[in-house]
Amino acid sequence: MSLANQIVNLLAALLLLIAFAMLSQRRILTLIKLLAWQGGALAASTAIVAYSTGQPHLYFSAGLTVALKVGLIPWVLHRLIDRLNVRWDIETLINIPATMLIGIGLVIFAFALATPISQMASVFTRSTLGIALASVLLSFLMMIVRRKAVPQVIGFLAMENGLFFAATSATYGMPLVVELGVALDVLVGTFIFGIFFFHIREQFDSLDIRHMEKLKQD
Amino acid sequence: MTGLLPSPLGGSLAVAVCWLLIAALALLPARNSLFARRIAFPLGALAGLALAALGLRAVWLPPESLVLPLGLPNLPFHLRIDPLAGFFLTLLGAVSAGISTYAAGYFRDEGARRVALIALQYHVFVASMAFVMLADDAYLFMVAWETMALSSYFLVITDHKLPSTRSAGFLYLLIAHLGAIAILLCFGVMSGGRGDYTFDALRAAHLSPQWATVAFLLAFFGFGAKAGMIPLHAWLPEAHPAAPSPVSAMMSGVMIKTAIYGMVRVIYDLIGGVRWEWGMLVLAVGAGTMLFGVLYALMQHDLKRLLAYHSVENIGIILLGLGMSLVFIGSGHPVAGALALIAALYHTLNHAVFKGLLFLGSGSILHATGLRNLNDMGGLIRKLPKTALYFLVGALAISALPPLNGFVSEWLTFQAALQAPILENGVVRSLVPLFAATLALAGALTAMCFVKVYGIAFLGKPREAQHAPAGATGHDARGMELYGMAWLAAGCCMLGLFPSAVLLMLNRVSASLTGQGLSAEALKSSWLWLVPTATQQASYAPIIFLAVIVAVTLLAYLLVRRFYHGRVRFADPWDCGFAEQSPRMQDTADAFGQPIRHVFGPLYLMDRRLPGPEDPAPRFSLKIEDRHWYWLYLPVARLAEFVSAKIALLQQGRVSIYLLYSFLTLLALLVFVR
Repeated sequence: MSLANQIVNLLAALLLLIAFAMLSQRRILTLIKLLAWQGGALAASTAIVAYSTGQPHLYFSAGLTVALKVGLIPWVLHRLIDRLNVRWDIETLINIPATMLIGIGLVIFAFALATPISQMASVFTRSTLGIALASVLLSFLMMIVRRKAVPQVIGFLAMENGLFFAATSATYGMPLVVELGVALDVLVGTFIFGIFFFHIREQFDSLDIRHMEKLKQD
Repeated sequence: MTGLLPSPLGGSLAVAVCWLLIAALALLPARNSLFARRIAFPLGALAGLALAALGLRAVWLPPESLVLPLGLPNLPFHLRIDPLAGFFLTLLGAVSAGISTYAAGYFRDEGARRVALIALQYHVFVASMAFVMLADDAYLFMVAWETMALSSYFLVITDHKLPSTRSAGFLYLLIAHLGAIAILLCFGVMSGGRGDYTFDALRAAHLSPQWATVAFLLAFFGFGAKAGMIPLHAWLPEAHPAAPSPVSAMMSGVMIKTAIYGMVRVIYDLIGGVRWEWGMLVLAVGAGTMLFGVLYALMQHDLKRLLAYHSVENIGIILLGLGMSLVFIGSGHPVAGALALIAALYHTLNHAVFKGLLFLGSGSILHATGLRNLNDMGGLIRKLPKTALYFLVGALAISALPPLNGFVSEWLTFQAALQAPILENGVVRSLVPLFAATLALAGALTAMCFVKVYGIAFLGKPREAQHAPAGATGHDARGMELYGMAWLAAGCCMLGLFPSAVLLMLNRVSASLTGQGLSAEALKSSWLWLVPTATQQASYAPIIFLAVIVAVTLLAYLLVRRFYHGRVRFADPWDCGFAEQSPRMQDTADAFGQPIRHVFGPLYLMDRRLPGPEDPAPRFSLKIEDRHWYWLYLPVARLAEFVSAKIALLQQGRVSIYLLYSFLTLLALLVFVR
């Protein structure tokens, strides 16, 4: 196994670890920091894949990831929680140990699912595909168990990170145009979420999504 | 000469497109309703006349087909005209010509926007009916069918500000869509999963007997919902009174006939291989529909509701003819089957003409008096003499009195029923005349019902003359309204007086459809004598009949005026010893139906409040409801509500739960595709 391969595996493990860390984290500020770290790990692994396979457009992807996911989006989120003044601790629907246990179950499920695909995939993807799938599912779980709107958006962004990782490691990245499009979508999505936060708070005086149950039609 | 005339198919297509153009033009902004009244409706009527002529030609020409490069990619529209389509196009064109003419006058006092909208929907409606008849693939057929349902829905809810109109429209839309689903499934069954939905492919497909029966049941249910057979009739008595009168005339006269067209097209032409068991089902449902319709019509005091129930009854008569035809053809007697089919189609045409006329007449009454309740009318013959004359023609025709058209088709239906002895199966042989006997009963009850309508509404003295409701014009129909009614009344007379010509035309339709026409002797019917089977069995000469009626009437008149006394005397009728009589003491519509209500009591769901003898403010009230609501419609509605409430549990209002749904779906899909 080559060094590059080993590093990618290491980064993949890091990605999964960060996903678990996000799942167990109670503070929004730390959550944003973790998101930035996850973006960094993603960018590093993309760069290494680009180096070892000699695909120049992946360098571009890596650069884009650093700019967006390490720089711009965490900064936007920081500003958002400053403006909204929501630096408090996060409440969860299910307590954190139980969430972690469900998360472990999801990882096992993801690996079971990915094994048959990994058998026929290229060198880099042996274990990374399972990890990518697991981090997608973990981020989804985070969206479900969080009660406030901001962590849900962070979960959504983390999910996109997982998808991106799956794409780079399994098929050496999507075509550049698609990646650009996805990156733009994520950015625009973040802004739209930001606008929605303000509206939600204006409507309910809080970002607690429990209040949205009132919207249900009886 | 024939080279100069347009081909029936091209011409019919042009007429349909012309209707669509008129519809589009009607939307042009106009400050008053002059455009719609002076141009759109008369032009539509002319187009209808042209269509009738083209359809008539198509009956005598070989089938013609055309592929229109419209529709979806690789799925063009197929058009075809054959004698059956030609016959129904004639019906559509001729009846719509009368109704459009009437409409040109009828909407005189409406606002410009309303008339523009009605003109748009009305012309889309007639054009879609033409396309239903021209369609040669299931795709175009369904598109046209749904356009017809939607445009007529919007016409029904013209007065959408009234809650009762909205709910009537909803009921109509609901049942129309139930029927459309069944028709769609029927086409699916017939295509057998091969994905080719042209009628040619469906015709060529050989279904196993089980699947053919499934297709038949679906078609019968689906088209029956549109036709108004029981127990799917509930929309008719709601929707017809809600719509403006020309629209009711169009829906009752023509639209429910498209369902008959669909039934004949699908069962005889597309499914083929008719079985007599199907015929027995159609017969039983037809007889039930007929009796139910007329019995409930007798109980109505709202004129348009009453007419709507008569539409249910007449659909029953048509189904009776179709059922007999299926029984005869299915048991190997195609000649008798052709006779029954011809009787059914003849009645379809007749009903379109006289029911159109009656609805137009009710529209004129509504316009003049603002009344729909028969109990408030009376003595209208003096106020509306012309309407009264045309209404009388329609009433006589629907009561199946010779020499008008209703008699001919019912008589032909009886002649077909009298062929029953040739059937081998003893049970069927004895059941067919039994159903025919119910037809006789229904005919008599219809006559009674129209004695009631005419007697209560037009004769006697006005019951509530003092306070005419707002919006009543108080004058008789005039101008275009009269021409429209006169056209349909003339149709009633012509179809009654010259049945042999119609018979020959329908024979051609039957021959092209079933490969079998009437007996050679029947085809030799002269213009004077109508012979459905053989001269020694039965024959009918309407013109001689008319001559005898006229002669006897004249003779009696002369005898009375010349030799008996010869003066006109005005006097009160026997007044039971009362000192003073008021018009309120006349028989009412409800009172007239009372004997029938007594005899057939168990069939009705009655809520009757009789005042006690000591009651200082006596009030009599009677409400008659349709039993179908309680055993069929309401339970189905409750079931639908229950299921929807269970499904509504999915809506929790919590974002986490919604996310969980998609999460679980994702997991399930991942496991599924593995």
